[in-house]
Amino acid sequence: MKILVVGGGMGGTILANNVARTLKEELKSGKVQITMLSASAQHMYQPGLLYVAVGRMTPNELYRDQASLLEPGIQFHVDPVETFMLDANQVKTKSGKTHSYDIMVIATGSRMWPDSIPGLKENAEFFYTEESAVKMFHRLRQFEGGKIVIAMGVPHKCPMAPLEITFMLNEYFIERGIRDKVQIHYTYPIGRVHTLENVAKWAQPEMDRVGITYETLFNLKSVDGEKRVLHSEEGTEVSYDMLISIPAHKGMEVIENNKMGANGWIPTDRHNLNMEGRTNVFILGDTTNIPISKAGSTAHFEAETVGANIAAMVRFGAPVRKYDGKVFCFIQTGSEKATYAMFNYLQPPDPKAPTRAIHWFKLAYNKLYWISARGLL
Amino acid sequence: MAEKKVIDARGSFCPGPLMELIGGIKMVEIGDEIEVLSTDKGSAAEIPQWLKKVGHEHLGSHEEAGVWHVNLKRSK
Repeated sequence: MKILVVGGGMGGTILANNVARTLKEELKSGKVQITMLSASAQHMYQPGLLYVAVGRMTPNELYRDQASLLEPGIQFHVDPVETFMLDANQVKTKSGKTHSYDIMVIATGSRMWPDSIPGLKENAEFFYTEESAVKMFHRLRQFEGGKIVIAMGVPHKCPMAPLEITFMLNEYFIERGIRDKVQIHYTYPIGRVHTLENVAKWAQPEMDRVGITYETLFNLKSVDGEKRVLHSEEGTEVSYDMLISIPAHKGMEVIENNKMGANGWIPTDRHNLNMEGRTNVFILGDTTNIPISKAGSTAHFEAETVGANIAAMVRFGAPVRKYDGKVFCFIQTGSEKATYAMFNYLQPPDPKAPTRAIHWFKLAYNKLYWISARGLL
Repeated sequence: MAEKKVIDARGSFCPGPLMELIGGIKMVEIGDEIEVLSTDKGSAAEIPQWLKKVGHEHLGSHEEAGVWHVNLKRSK
């Protein structure tokens, strides 16, 4: 039985490790082979980029060698897939090699797409890549006063990121002693400050309390860098001195090139997590088109479900679990407090008041992530 | 006109049906129709409000077995 994992991010790594541990004997005997194909030899802790942007983590803290995170027996190659030959159960890689599979898991993730809004790429700061987060860190250091506007595209990775960066900026400028010289203006696409109603109910009065201004029903249409003005789909304008954007995201180019899903999102069964029409192809994390958060925890819980099902398929010939839509997101509400939201397809989130304890747990998780990626937490 | 696009946002608390629509409406042509499926009652009200604000056409909404069907046309 050949199990092929395409993508070495959080979802692919947890899945491969879970399957390898569960099928340890089969792996050892050669009855099962697990191969992972990734575009990078390094594994990045992506949530750490937010902290890099405000100077609370350094880029080197975000990386581990991917091979060091994998269970023995998993064959790891830095050789990304370029062509999916689904009918033949094969893929072809950048180096020209062909890999066959009995079961394939695609977890290639997503990428920011600032080009989707005219003028955004040239005029905004981002924190979704190391390069952009470091650039934003330097821009913030040089910022001595004026109006910072936070604006976003849809869909974006990590739905908590807009609130987190906003509240962290508030404390960043307090610590620098220039908060009174900085207006922080938050914009959001729908009619409240966050899509989760209970989160919005907490966040809006908190913004009022700390003096963050906000504008809802603001969908970014274009950016005029010369005049430093944002234009919205709703017909309004907002001026800025520094623009910070959580841009729209799309799936990876290889998914689009292989015509496996519009904008790189693969049509996926929300409970079984198999690619629509393919019982031996599973999709994890950001790569799915399921209408839930594009977040590491989503990939984590999906990987646990798919991992259990692949092991069961090998041993019993049938899957045993269904994904219930579980997502768990920390919400950093400044530099000293945090809370969290947990929900699934049926149960809405009910976040509690932010505490220092959750903040410290979040900081601990920034380190514990590496245990989590091994599938041990 | 293309076949009606269905945005199945049942069970979506985050990003939620309206955010799914905001992302999805850019993937169809002007004049195309979309049907949003939602298990969130609030969406049945907030989606038409957003359509009116932005200038897209709300073609109607109805509830069927706990699922709200919101139909619309991209107008610009």
